[in-house]
Amino acid sequence: MLSPGAVMQFLLTQTQAPAASAAQETSLGHPTAPAIGFFFLIVAVTLVITYWAAKRTKTSKEFYAAGRSVSAIQNGFALAGDYMSAASFLGISGMVALKGYDGMIYATGWLVGWPALMFLIAEPLRNLGKFTFADVVAFRLRQRPVRIAAAIGGVLTVLTYTIAQMVGAGSLIKLMFGLHYEYAEIIVGAVMLAYVLFGGMIATSWVQIIKAVLLLFGVSLMMILVLSRFGFSPGNLYEAVAAKYGQKALEPGGLVTNPVEAVSLGLALMFGLLGLPHILMRFYTVPDAKAARKSVLYATGFIGYFYIIIPIVGFGASVLVGRDFITKIDKGGNMASPLVAELLAGTPFLGFIAAVAFATILAVVAGLTLAGASAYSHDIYVNVIKKGHATEEEQVKAAKIATVVFGLFAVLLGILFKGQNVAYMVGLTFAVACSANFPALLLSIIWKRMTTWGAVASILVGTFTSIGMIVLSQTVWVDVLKNPAPIFPFKNPAIFSMTAAFLAGWLVSLATPEAEAQDKFEDEKLRTYLGVGAE
Amino acid sequence: MTDAARNVSTIKGEPRAHKSVHELLESPDFKRLVSKRWSVSLVMLLLLFVSYYGYILLVGLSPATLAQKIGDVTTLGIPLGIASILAAWVLTAVYVVWANRSYDPEVERLKGQLKS
Repeated sequence: MLSPGAVMQFLLTQTQAPAASAAQETSLGHPTAPAIGFFFLIVAVTLVITYWAAKRTKTSKEFYAAGRSVSAIQNGFALAGDYMSAASFLGISGMVALKGYDGMIYATGWLVGWPALMFLIAEPLRNLGKFTFADVVAFRLRQRPVRIAAAIGGVLTVLTYTIAQMVGAGSLIKLMFGLHYEYAEIIVGAVMLAYVLFGGMIATSWVQIIKAVLLLFGVSLMMILVLSRFGFSPGNLYEAVAAKYGQKALEPGGLVTNPVEAVSLGLALMFGLLGLPHILMRFYTVPDAKAARKSVLYATGFIGYFYIIIPIVGFGASVLVGRDFITKIDKGGNMASPLVAELLAGTPFLGFIAAVAFATILAVVAGLTLAGASAYSHDIYVNVIKKGHATEEEQVKAAKIATVVFGLFAVLLGILFKGQNVAYMVGLTFAVACSANFPALLLSIIWKRMTTWGAVASILVGTFTSIGMIVLSQTVWVDVLKNPAPIFPFKNPAIFSMTAAFLAGWLVSLATPEAEAQDKFEDEKLRTYLGVGAE
Repeated sequence: MTDAARNVSTIKGEPRAHKSVHELLESPDFKRLVSKRWSVSLVMLLLLFVSYYGYILLVGLSPATLAQKIGDVTTLGIPLGIASILAAWVLTAVYVVWANRSYDPEVERLKGQLKS
């Protein structure tokens, strides 16, 4: 079954591990000098950047939006960095290693959201909003109800993703460095809080940029080294794969079977991106809509490149390291990439890759924390409680307090969910994002008759149908709650919950017409399409 | 002031007016810009759908096609998967080129018509 949940489940699952060949060894799982060295180097560099950023972070515009000083290519790296998570990198290469072509199928789905983002909302989003996507949803509607609803949708999306990242982080760090899970959680929490609290969006952007560059460099190097073992011919690599594991390693396996399921997953991946608050927030760090547009092009390029070359690393791992050994180290195959890195260029390279994976986690969680904090401090505190009248000091202070609270929650939840199968959380994130956040956002931009209660209904219907359907589906109802059979037959509710959210937005808006909102729609067009008056 | 007087004398027959916000919003040029932008977006989105869902449905409904060999062992599926990713990027690039060449200059022109 093709779904992010299924993949992560597969990656974290307990399967029979075949006996490994006696000659193979790895330094994975024990702290080695290169690994620790690179780790400290990366943390040190990023903390220096945080210090530099802190001196430049005084106003709310700087805290939330890096003072709008990020260039298109920098934002391209930052967006790509935010999106290429450790789970992607390790998970997909692991999947290709263990399952062959099916891993490639899965990789293709991750890029398709970016063009959709560009075509539908990138520029209007930048023109209409200030710091968060809720700014755009609530633009011509009544602030209070819409902000609260958008904050619910936003926080739920961010929270589920954060839990998945924190739990994944703990397991990964334990696998790679041999650290205790709880210590890993606390270290991740402490370092990423430092980034956000002191350096705000400037620091988190630069951490993402650095991490993206390192990740792309590391994976490129791995690809080149893998191919060098096969005469720089992918054909030779595939021949070796087929020789070792049979032709079926290069053919579609059982991953995509049900068309409805596949389309539903595709919808979640495509439109979920358009509802991820921490990604959308990055659009406010560039000066204008044109820069926003360019940054999507760059990001799409980097991410596309990443997903094209990862399968080569995965196939290389399956041939050079062997599926048996990969599953011996980690049943889910997560260590395929680090293992092949070690094989190709020794412990130093392994240390580098391990440190980059760790940096990846830190960067993404930092971005999520900023997004989660802003949902309270900007959307609720400034716009609902203070009705838009908060001084700079009040805004920044609220932002920092919210950051600490969210950060603490992230660590606590990470520890709470230890050992749980949180694979479904990633699927949940995208399902909620595409159902709760995206429909309201799109309708608000393009439909004149969208009203306050229409937006609220859309968000709430989207949120509860997607969460409800996932809870009643295989991944939660059966696998986690141990019931005999799922009530909701599909693993991906997107096609249903997204439709429901659009319907709700449409029907409720028609039932509660708002003349003021309709009038503002026309005037707002100047800002939406020409950028006149954009902040 | 009459409407005629409000319009500055034309150059090459093109009204270089100082329009109010309302006039600009009502002008056919602006409406054309907005509708062009959405037509382009929708066409691109459709192409994106076809390239991605086409690939996925092919995988789901006819995996044997993708399993066909095109080299000694290399299957058709491999280049098709890569093509699917590349198509997404190409579509993005096409949009940016269109926006830079056609949309942005028109935006600047229309903004120039606004009364300051």
